[in-house]
This record gives sequence, C-alpha cells and structure tokens, in this order.
Amino acid sequence: MIILLAILTPFLAATFIPALYKRFPSRHIGWFVMLVPLALFILLASFVPSIAGGAKYTYEFKWIDSAGINITTYLDGLSMIFGLLITGVGSLVILYSIYYLSERESLGRFYVYLLMFMGAMLGVVFSDNLMVLYVFWELTSISSFFLIAFWYHRKQSRYGAKKSLLITVSGGVAMLAGFLILHALTGSFSIREITSTIGQYTDDKLFVYAMILVLIGAFTKSAQFPFHIWLPDAMEAPTPVSAYLHSATMVKAGIYLVARCTPLFGGEALWFYLVSGVGLFTLFWGALNAVRQTDLKALLAYSTISQLGLIMSLLGIGSAALQEIGQVNTFIFTGAAFAGLFHLINHSTFKGALFMVVGIVDHELGTRDIRRLGGLIAFMPLTFTISVIGSFSMAGLPPFNGFLSKELFFESVANLIDSNVFSIGAWGTVFPVIAWVASVFTFIYCMIIVFKTFMGKPKSERIDQGAHEPPLGMHIAPLILSALVLGIFFFPNLVGSYLLKPAMASIYPMFEGVEGLVPHISVWHGFKLPLLMTIGVVVLGTVLYLTLPRWKWVFSLGPMRWNLDALYNGILMKSEKTSHLVTSKYMTGHLRDYFAYIFLFFIIVIGGGLYWIGGFPFDFSDDAPITLNEYIIVASMAIAAIFILFAKSRTTAILLNGVLGYSIAILFVVLRAPDLALTQIVVETVTTVLFLVCFYFLPDWKKETASKPTKFINALIAILVGTIVTVFALVVQGNPLFDSISVYFEDAYNLANGLNIVNTILGDFRAFDTMLEVVVLFIAGIGVFTLIKLKSGKGEKDIED
Amino acid sequence: METLITILIGVLVTVAVYLLLSRNLIRVILGSAILSHAIHLLIMTMGGLKKGDAPLLGENSNSYTDALPQALILTAIVISFAVTAFLLVLAYRIYKETGTDNLNELRGFNDE
Repeated sequence: MIILLAILTPFLAATFIPALYKRFPSRHIGWFVMLVPLALFILLASFVPSIAGGAKYTYEFKWIDSAGINITTYLDGLSMIFGLLITGVGSLVILYSIYYLSERESLGRFYVYLLMFMGAMLGVVFSDNLMVLYVFWELTSISSFFLIAFWYHRKQSRYGAKKSLLITVSGGVAMLAGFLILHALTGSFSIREITSTIGQYTDDKLFVYAMILVLIGAFTKSAQFPFHIWLPDAMEAPTPVSAYLHSATMVKAGIYLVARCTPLFGGEALWFYLVSGVGLFTLFWGALNAVRQTDLKALLAYSTISQLGLIMSLLGIGSAALQEIGQVNTFIFTGAAFAGLFHLINHSTFKGALFMVVGIVDHELGTRDIRRLGGLIAFMPLTFTISVIGSFSMAGLPPFNGFLSKELFFESVANLIDSNVFSIGAWGTVFPVIAWVASVFTFIYCMIIVFKTFMGKPKSERIDQGAHEPPLGMHIAPLILSALVLGIFFFPNLVGSYLLKPAMASIYPMFEGVEGLVPHISVWHGFKLPLLMTIGVVVLGTVLYLTLPRWKWVFSLGPMRWNLDALYNGILMKSEKTSHLVTSKYMTGHLRDYFAYIFLFFIIVIGGGLYWIGGFPFDFSDDAPITLNEYIIVASMAIAAIFILFAKSRTTAILLNGVLGYSIAILFVVLRAPDLALTQIVVETVTTVLFLVCFYFLPDWKKETASKPTKFINALIAILVGTIVTVFALVVQGNPLFDSISVYFEDAYNLANGLNIVNTILGDFRAFDTMLEVVVLFIAGIGVFTLIKLKSGKGEKDIED
Repeated sequence: METLITILIGVLVTVAVYLLLSRNLIRVILGSAILSHAIHLLIMTMGGLKKGDAPLLGENSNSYTDALPQALILTAIVISFAVTAFLLVLAYRIYKETGTDNLNELRGFNDE
C-alpha cells in the first residue's frame, strides 16, 4: 500500500506545482519539490534492513481484474536499489537545479516534468504487472521527451527530443509485443507468476521472439548499440536532467528490465550471447567514440553508453549461472551479475558527480568545448577535486569505488576463458580482450575530462576574466556524490550486504540464501589477473593519452565513419518526403475528387462484396400492392429528379426539387406516416424559400464546364452507386434476419402515456436523441448567423505559414 | 410497392451522386438535399410499407405500420434541413468573399 502511495506521490505533487509556482514564482520552489524525493528516499531507506533480511512487500490493487491487469506493487532487493537511486539522485539533482537554472526559466514546467518522470520511473521498478510496467515505461519516455525539449526554441533540442522519443517508444512497443507473447504463453501478466511457470514454455517457438522483443525494449532504453544514437543528442537537455535521466535512472531502466527478466530468459544461450555481446560491443564502441568528442557533455554521453554496455554485459554473463545450476562454475557467473549491480550503483554516483561538474563549468564559462577550456584548476579548485574523484573512479583507479567494480568486471570476463559455458570455446578469450581494450579507452577519456579541462593554459579570454567557483549550493550535490564514491570504496561490504544481497536474491530466486551468492568485496586480492589488467590499462592508457594527437587519424578510418545518425536522418527524411509525395498525389484539393474517392470505395466494397457473396436472393412476395395513383406519384418523382440534371436555369432546378419534396410528403401520407408528411411540407417550403433567397445573391447557374470524359466518369459513378443501392436494398428487404423491435413501442400508451407512437418515441423513448437533434439545429443556427454577420477580423494577417 | 420505391430510391441516388460530383456549389448542395430525400425513403422502405394503419393508438386499429423508422426519419428531416440551410449560407458567404461559386476556382484561394 505504502509503495503504491510512493509511486503516486510525485504525480500528486506535480499537480500542485503550477498553482504553487503562480504564487511564488521564484527558484525557491525547488525546495518544495525536493521534499518529495527526499521524503520518499527516507521512506524507502527505512525498508532497507527488513529487505536485507529477505522480506518482500507486495500490495495488489484490483484494477482490470478480468483482463489480468492489476496494479501490483512489489518491493524486493532489486527494485529497492533502483528506488533508492531514483529518489536519492533525484533529491540531489533537484538541489543542484535550484542553483543551476535561472529564475527566468519556466521552473514550474520543469519541475512538473521532473516529478512526472520520477513517479513514472518509480512505477517501472515497483510494478509487478507487465502492462502497468509498460505504461510507466512509456511515460518515462514521454517525460524525457519534454525534458530534452525543455529549451524548445532551440532546433537541436527539438531534434534530440524527437529522436529519443522515436527510438525509445519504438523499442517500448516492441517490448509490449514481447509482453503480450509472454501473456499468450503463460496466461499471466505478473512477472512473479510468469517466472514460476516459464520453465514449461522454453521450448515454444514464440519464446525466442518474446525474448528478442523484450531485449529490443531494454536495448533502446539503455542506449545499447545500435540504438545508442539518441543519447548524445539528448544532451541538449538542461544538465540536471542529463545527470538524472540520461545517466543515473532512465537509461538504467533497460538494465532493470534485463535483470528482472534474467530468471525468465536466463539460461538460454541466445540471451547470454545477445546481452553480453551487445553489452560488450557497446562498451567498446562508446569508449572509443568518447575519446574523440570535444564537447564535454557529448563525451559524458558516450561514456554513459559505454558504461551501460559494461553493466549489460555483466548481466549477460551472469545469466549463464542459470544454465549451470549446481555446478562449480555457478558462482563465477553470479559474481558477474553481482559486479554489474555494484557497478550500477557506483556509476550513478561518479557519473552524476561528473555531469554536475560539467554543468558547473558550462554555467560559469558558457562553454563545454574542451578546445576552449583549460587551466581551470586555478579558478575552481573544488570543482577540480570533484572531477578528479569522478573521473578516476570511472577510470577504475583506487581509492574510488569504480576500482572495485572494475576489478570485479575484469575477474568476471577473465573467468569466461576456461568456463566453456554454452560451448563458448575460444570465444571466451575474446571477452576479456575487448573488455580490456575498452577499458584503456575509458581511461583515456577520463584523463581528457580532468586534464584538458583543468590543466594546461587557459585558452579562452573569458576564463581569465570571469572564471570562479559557483555558489556553494551548486557544490553540495556533487560533493555528496563524491563522498559516496570514496565511502563505498572504504566500506563496500556495507553496500554488499544491505543492498546487493537482496537484489541478487531477486535475480536468482532459486539461489536465495545459498552461501557464496554474495562474494566478499576486498580491495586487495593479490597479484592476480584483474589487478594486472588494471595496471596494464593505466600504463597503456597513459602512453596513449600522451600520444593522442599522433594516432587520432584512427578515427577517420572506414569503420569509424559508419554513421548511424545519417542512417536515422536519412530514413526520417525519406519517409517524410515519400509520405508528402503520396499525400499530395491524392489530396488534390478538389471536392469532386474526394467525393469520387468515397463513392468509388462504396462501389468497390459494397458492390464487390455483393458480387463476391454471389447470388442475389430477391424475394418480392411480401410486397404491398400498388395502386394507380402511387404509380403516378413515383413516376412523376423519377421524371422530376432526372430533369433536374438537364435544367437550364437554377430556378427550374429548385422548383423540380420542390416537386420532389412535396411528392415525398404525399408519399408519406400514402405510406401511413402523417407526422412525416406534415414535417416534410413545412421543411420543404422553408428550404425552397431559402434556396430562392440565396439565388438572389448568387451568380446565375452556368453550364457545367467539365470535359466530356469527366462527365462520363461522373455519370458512370452515379449510375453504379444508384444501382448498388437499389440492389442492396432489395436483397436486404427480401431477407430479414430478425423481427422488428417496434412491437415494443406499440405499448406506448402504458409506457409513456401517449397515443401517437412516433411522438412518444421522439419525446420519451429516445428523448436524449431529440435533445441532441435540437442542439444540432442550434449549432447550425449559430453557424448561419456567424457566416452572415461575421466580418473578417483584422488579426488574420498575423498568422504565418 | 417496396420494389417500386426502391427503384425510385436508386434513381434519386443516381441523380444526387451526379450532382455531388459537380463543380458548382449550388449543384452540390442540391445533390445533398436530394440524397437525403432518397435516404428517408430508404429508411421508410426498410421497415416495410403499408403493413398496417398509421401509428396512432387512438384509431383503434388491429395493426400499425412500423413506427420506429418514422421517428428516425423525422429526426433526419430536421437535421438535413439544418445542413442544407447551413450549406446555403456558406455558399453565400464564399461567393461574397471570393466572387465565385465554382469549386475549381476556389482552389488556391488564399484562405484555403
């Protein structure tokens, strides 16, 4: 129950923001907003001890029970880590944003989006029901869209927002399809129920599709290759947003999904290779591309991509444990997942701090271009310190938490060499090699962040003049994060036993409580391969960093110019152009053409349908007899109608139309419908008068100017439509499928106390209908009045195309 | 009787469709008016014709003709009248603003 409230609180708070912001339009509104995640963080933290003791909290709110869609909240170790990240980093980011954003920005809007995101993200990690999870999942994409486009007057912001939305939502839809397949297989939307029964369905051929579709959702969200291209463009968002959504939380939703689905799909070779392979390649590709960036935020974006790849690959390797249950190797693989979760927490701390540092530099100097920065150490010593802590942690150096998780990472990939899991064979060696090479590049770009920005000579005049430390408030959040970076290094097993242990139990429910699932993290474990790998990274990384200008040509090599962005832009442009071309082909702007489409559709569907069914079961036996005067009325109507087509003057035409109308009134009399006859006579009179009045103002009726072929086609369409209507009506009349319901209305006197059945239908049985009909008349009246009275306004000229 | 009326409906629809496909605004409006005549008759015919007396309980007849189509048509007559009136005034306004009632000439006018 309390967890459901925790999800709803940010949404509720968001609804108050606009009113609050109207009363207090100052930056201090951020303090109110900060209370929300802070309170939630404390609330969640109070659950930590019991979760660490193995407790799980569920609460079910029945929603669409018949479809199996209920709002089920589920708090276990895995969702706890994410919940703490969302609320903890959320509080810090809001604190930071209070100083970062100027009062001239529309802060109300900003915080509404941010709270909306926070609620949605909490919804993703706390939902047990796949459908509810999906809705929150897409809601995070939407709030991310709004936040990236926060400065919507910039073209780049709008471009980045659209790109991220297109890619993540497409992935989300794929994921939805995957969920539906899972439901089709197991008959449940609950992750826990599916986990317990999925074992019977792993041989179903749909199972593989479900796996791939869910993975596409996770990969797009977590910016894995080749879907990573949206993340660098998302950096157009204000820096607090980048720190929060695009490094600490939202992009980790994909990681969460993979971790959550490990009990479902883990143990499959395809899952192992896809997750670890894609993750590893993303790690490499992101690190390589980060090195060549000149914009600090773009560099951080690629580094985030790369780090997400690292976590992803660890989870992939970890899934192999489910294949090797009960064997010696098992805990080698669970160790990988453990390292992944540990690095997930560490990444949020150091990357959050780094984003905030870059934000400070940007805020104070107005640029993030490393070619124009340098020598800032003299002006911003505190900022420099934080950036050293963050970068060195990311590079995997002691005494920072990144060192610990990096060592565990090396250990996990190194263990693959001899494991021969999924008959990996020699490929087992490829993993550590790629991981090591990627880490070298990681080291290089971490050095770039520190040294190119803060060391050397100031390259811009502005640095000399105005560079100084920002207000202290801006430093609080990154300082807290860097304190965590250090703190986790010295007390890693605190994190291990309170956060990681229960989370491991969620990923590996079958090993819960087994000794060895949670390794002891130690700083020193002898001169083994991982440490040697780290030393190698530092040595080679330093050499390569110093000689960077000499090997930069690597980036102009063929594969480096593969441009997925160009592909994305190309596809978008092409589809826009094609759709424009197609649309302009048939949207001619001629009413006649549109009518023609409608009638042709009618001819094809109804006429074709009749023909296809075949046989025209006419049945005239029930026809009423016809008297001579009826023949005369009908004949005169038909003749009048046909003559309208050949009328030379419009007055003739309108009089013929009058003949039609009055004849129908007479027909109504003959056909026992006195009310209709009366109405028809009144309406026909007014209509004819209206036509004649209108003619007074309109030009004379010109002869149809259409060409012969057009006229012929029109006539053909008209005759076909008329014939099909007749045939269709005759077929329907001859074959009534059920009895008339009108007998019910014949009891009108008892039901509605009226003798005229038609009137009781209109006034009693279907009174609502009649009321709405009056509304239609009223609207038409307003329309008529407006069209006659309204003068074209003066404002028209202001509207631009 | 039903067959005869249905054929009449076919003739009316043919005329209405031909008028709707015209380029002249007044012809189009006339077409829509005729089309609604045809539809009214169609609804009427679907309920069966002359199957009893007028649906007035005071007449003490044994059987009444189907009342439901009549109620529907009554609504439809009023609505189609509203539409026709609106279209006519629209045509008047268009002519006043643009000086033409030819739909082809309207295309490309600035207010499009």
